[in-house]
Amino acid sequence: MNDLDLLTAITVFVLSVLVGIEVISKVPATLHTPLMSGSNAVHGIVVVGAMLIAAESHSWLGYTLAFVAMVFGAMNVVGGYVVTDRMLRMFRTKPPAHEKTEV
Amino acid sequence: MTTVSDTVHYVFLAAAACFVLGLHLMNHPRTARRGNTLSGTAMSVAVAATVWLVADEGAISRTGWLVLAGGGLLGAALGLWAAREVRMTAMPQLVSLFNAVGGGAAALIAVNDLLQADTPAAIGARVSVPAALDIVIGAVTFSGSLIAAGKLQGVVSGAPVVFPGARLLNVLLPASFVAGTAWLVLAPESRTALYGLTVVALLFGVTMVLPIGGADMPVVIALLNAFTGSAVAMAGFVLDETALIIAGMLVSSSGGILTKLMADAMNRSVANIVVGGFGTGDGAPTATGSGVPAQVRSVSADDVAIQLAYASKVVLVPGYGLAAAQAQHELGDLAELLTDHGVDVSYAVHPVAGRMPGHMNVLLAEANVPYTQLKEMDEINPEFPQADVALVIGANDVTNPIARRPGNAISGMPILDVDKAKSVVVIKRSMGHGYAGVDNELYTDPRTGMFFTDAKKGLAELKSSVAEFVT
Repeated sequence: MNDLDLLTAITVFVLSVLVGIEVISKVPATLHTPLMSGSNAVHGIVVVGAMLIAAESHSWLGYTLAFVAMVFGAMNVVGGYVVTDRMLRMFRTKPPAHEKTEV
Repeated sequence: MTTVSDTVHYVFLAAAACFVLGLHLMNHPRTARRGNTLSGTAMSVAVAATVWLVADEGAISRTGWLVLAGGGLLGAALGLWAAREVRMTAMPQLVSLFNAVGGGAAALIAVNDLLQADTPAAIGARVSVPAALDIVIGAVTFSGSLIAAGKLQGVVSGAPVVFPGARLLNVLLPASFVAGTAWLVLAPESRTALYGLTVVALLFGVTMVLPIGGADMPVVIALLNAFTGSAVAMAGFVLDETALIIAGMLVSSSGGILTKLMADAMNRSVANIVVGGFGTGDGAPTATGSGVPAQVRSVSADDVAIQLAYASKVVLVPGYGLAAAQAQHELGDLAELLTDHGVDVSYAVHPVAGRMPGHMNVLLAEANVPYTQLKEMDEINPEFPQADVALVIGANDVTNPIARRPGNAISGMPILDVDKAKSVVVIKRSMGHGYAGVDNELYTDPRTGMFFTDAKKGLAELKSSVAEFVT
């Protein structure tokens, strides 16, 4: 990779931080737990990285590391999105007519 | 670049844009679920595109496919199971666990990348610097988050754990990992540097989180979330994938903002929390009480029920005691009964109520409380003077008026102005102290009635008493 690409990567890095601050500072405190859990799911993108290293592994050590990284990453992605959705489904404007939520 | 890899990069870019939009939609409870679905769909597409890319490049071995599929399925099954089974009160542990695995995966990517290249010439500073940072941040997050989850679950003592030599270790470890990072950057092919640094970083994660007390957990979880994001972004530099950089830094910003908000809500600095919890650092408990409570007015369920039934405005103040007793459903039922009877009911939620940022709101949402009744501190504080009754359930430090005066452990901490309500009822098991270890002046206020009982039992009694008065 040449220097120009590194420069681009750093630009992306800085702009992402600024976009993140701008977008996230508007989220109300009511939604802070789902926000954290949802952003948690977003860092599950690391699974893509795990897939890329699995593709390049050709030794047992490499395979083992890639396998563990895959388990971790997939757990992060799937669990993160499912649990965030489960939380957000509970937020409503009116209580439903005497219906009890299943726990 | 081949056409497939070009296409896949456009897919990654689109996915990154969807993550931003998804988080943006989280700024209102009405649209938040749609945002999460958008983000999740983008993630699925990105994963599918990666499978395509891997297949197209053809460099992957049969074992590689097995590793990819087996690991993916196992991880997905574990994640799905955990997400479905977790109780809402245990949410902080789960988020912490996901932080751990995310950070761990990011660190493994860097370790793997350095192991693949055998010659120093193959690894330039362009890779060795982010790889070293990735390993440090990822490993600290991994072990730190596991300890945090253990503390929240009660597996590891929730109290600040301090052992002899902890301070010394906390000086030696950072020093050795600064040295280790430098070594690995300069000699990325050195296995000793690689393994040494990983072990030191894992140890540091443990010693960093162990001494932090349970009350500081909201800040710690937010901070570890920020760490995980940075680790993933560093993995993006290592692998040369901008999607990982964007997603990682979005998460890092979110964690950073929440860390700051939580620390502000407790009137403490992040550094102060990381260095030592309440009662271990500079915030030593001040001996304000003699241990014998001054005049405290004890009230019964019927007394409180009459007050509530004839009130026109009631503010409910749920705290950690409510969450611990899992009494959110009882509180929701009581509030619904009062609302049906025409009483104006709202909930005053302090930012650090619960065990992670906004945790109390989730617990109340689970109990079917409409989010329109949930009020944040700044919104509800001006309303307390109009409230006929403020009902405090297990919230201690965040309602203590002495926070407005200097010279005590919670001085300057933003609090809910419960003492400005016309009358106050506190549901509490005993006169025990909160995390800060100071007496609460609210309890000895002549307008305050203390209802000594378990939150769950007390609220159920209140509900049946109120039902008698209103029907």
